[in-house]
Amino acid sequence: MIKIGVPSKGRLMEQTFEWFSARGLKMRKSGSEREYSGHVAAEGVELVLLSAGEIPRELAAGRIDLGVTGSDLVRDKLADWQVQVSEVAALGFGHADLIIAVPACWIDVDTLDDLDAAAAAFRVRHGHRLRIATKYHRLVRDFLTGYGVADYQLVDSQGATEATVKNLTAEAIADITSSGETLKANHLKVLSDSLILQSQAMLFRSALSTGPELDALIRRLSGG
Amino acid sequence: MSQKPAIRAEGARLFAAFQAAGAVPVEAGILLPAETLLDLYGEDIRARAYVTTDPLQGEMMLRPDFTVPVVQAHMAHGADPARYCYLGEVFRKQEHLGNRPSEYLQVGFEVFDRAAPAEADAEVFALFAGLLAGTRAQPVMGDIGILMAAVQGLDTTARRKAALLRHVWRPGRFRQLLDRFSGRAAVPAARAALLERLATGSPQALIAAAGPMIGLRAEADIAERAAALIEDAGTRAIAAPEAALLYDLLGLQAPAEAALAHLRGITFMLPAIAPAVDNFAARLEALRARGVDVARLPFQAGLGRTTMEYYDGFTFSFEVEGLPAVASGGRYDALTAVLGQGRSIPAVGGVIRPEVLVQVRA
Repeated sequence: MIKIGVPSKGRLMEQTFEWFSARGLKMRKSGSEREYSGHVAAEGVELVLLSAGEIPRELAAGRIDLGVTGSDLVRDKLADWQVQVSEVAALGFGHADLIIAVPACWIDVDTLDDLDAAAAAFRVRHGHRLRIATKYHRLVRDFLTGYGVADYQLVDSQGATEATVKNLTAEAIADITSSGETLKANHLKVLSDSLILQSQAMLFRSALSTGPELDALIRRLSGG
Repeated sequence: MSQKPAIRAEGARLFAAFQAAGAVPVEAGILLPAETLLDLYGEDIRARAYVTTDPLQGEMMLRPDFTVPVVQAHMAHGADPARYCYLGEVFRKQEHLGNRPSEYLQVGFEVFDRAAPAEADAEVFALFAGLLAGTRAQPVMGDIGILMAAVQGLDTTARRKAALLRHVWRPGRFRQLLDRFSGRAAVPAARAALLERLATGSPQALIAAAGPMIGLRAEADIAERAAALIEDAGTRAIAAPEAALLYDLLGLQAPAEAALAHLRGITFMLPAIAPAVDNFAARLEALRARGVDVARLPFQAGLGRTTMEYYDGFTFSFEVEGLPAVASGGRYDALTAVLGQGRSIPAVGGVIRPEVLVQVRA
């Protein structure tokens, strides 16, 4: 049995269903509207509905053979992700950029260099490191370490991250954005050199999954 | 892990040797409050250390090294001078698949002594060299104090010196700043645009036009940095000969005696390094007196810059290609001031990794 993990709700689930259906693998939710179970019209293939954030882990463990999730989540959650999963196909939706944003009123901060200098002064003045709210801890930390930013701390934010600055729980944020409208509405601006990752929905294959049936299915999906 | 008994025995042998050298054995908790370590090392340590949450004590860290708890214990109730040794596990996350252990033994020796720093440096190094004699581990030493003295002696603004000193332990960023301050790199386009915009009005007016004030970073913070940026833009570049000396220092690698001769040769152009070079000379003298062959001992001025950021003077390491360092250590006077709440004491020490040592026995 080949198990395919698909995000369990929203636009991402619908677009994923459409993508598979266009390649001859009809998918739909089964049971009631609120029940998390799905059906796929193919012999030997099982649909597993999961939170997009859990799909990387399930792929790495080999509990699913294929999985659809954002490339941002795979890179953030899996160490040495290329060894644990491989990219089968870019699905062409779910585009988003992971960036760092600061209050628009920070007229002295446009780049990471500015952020680093502001963090040094902030720590002296306020007695703690400059807080950056995010849920992408590994990606953001690696990015800031690579550039050499110091005197910051990451604070966890699993939602409404744009509001953390106004709520005084962070001084800056690192989050995904597509149009930038939410940032603007929350009086934030993107640092010009802070593009950490351009993410989109991808079909991944677990490195633990092998076999001729899986190979054939992948050929069919990527050929269509 | 069939090697474990051999590794434990090796650790016990080193621990006994450190005690025989006059060190008092000390214990340290395995669970340490994360806050102190995060404040010292910054967010980077989260990538290296295991963090967990205690319902009463908040964030805790599995001991990533012994230096911090040993210094804290000494600053709280230590004798002066003092020599300590310890043996125990440390825990480091590995971000890459492979066979690097995430839990291993460290055996360490630390000297807290105000009297003769050069003597203490030599004592630690010679002790380690003796214990590692007959293995494939190759010694190398460095001195971050010379680099820091050179930065402090630059003919430039206090702000630029502080920026460079803050990044001494991040070589890439240090280099980037030095390139900019010495005019080797052009002003980035984003910075030029920013300066242009800042010139169009008062900071208060520009802030008001940019958007509502949100967050803890106040208008005064923003205005202060805006003024600093404008002032810095008018600062002249670090003069080419002076910058050249610093670049030379960053890349300096030579046998220790030859490195000293070279440093003596450039001191008249960079007088601020004279005391640090004198310290280096005194250390070599003390090493020679202990039978270390300083004519052949390799010296790299920047050794230890990329490890956990606290070494600010003498550094050393014993290495075998392709393996983690068998032993490493150095002087960390400033760390004792940070942890000592107003008090400080010159300190030097190092650790040996028994599990690497058993692999490199000749």
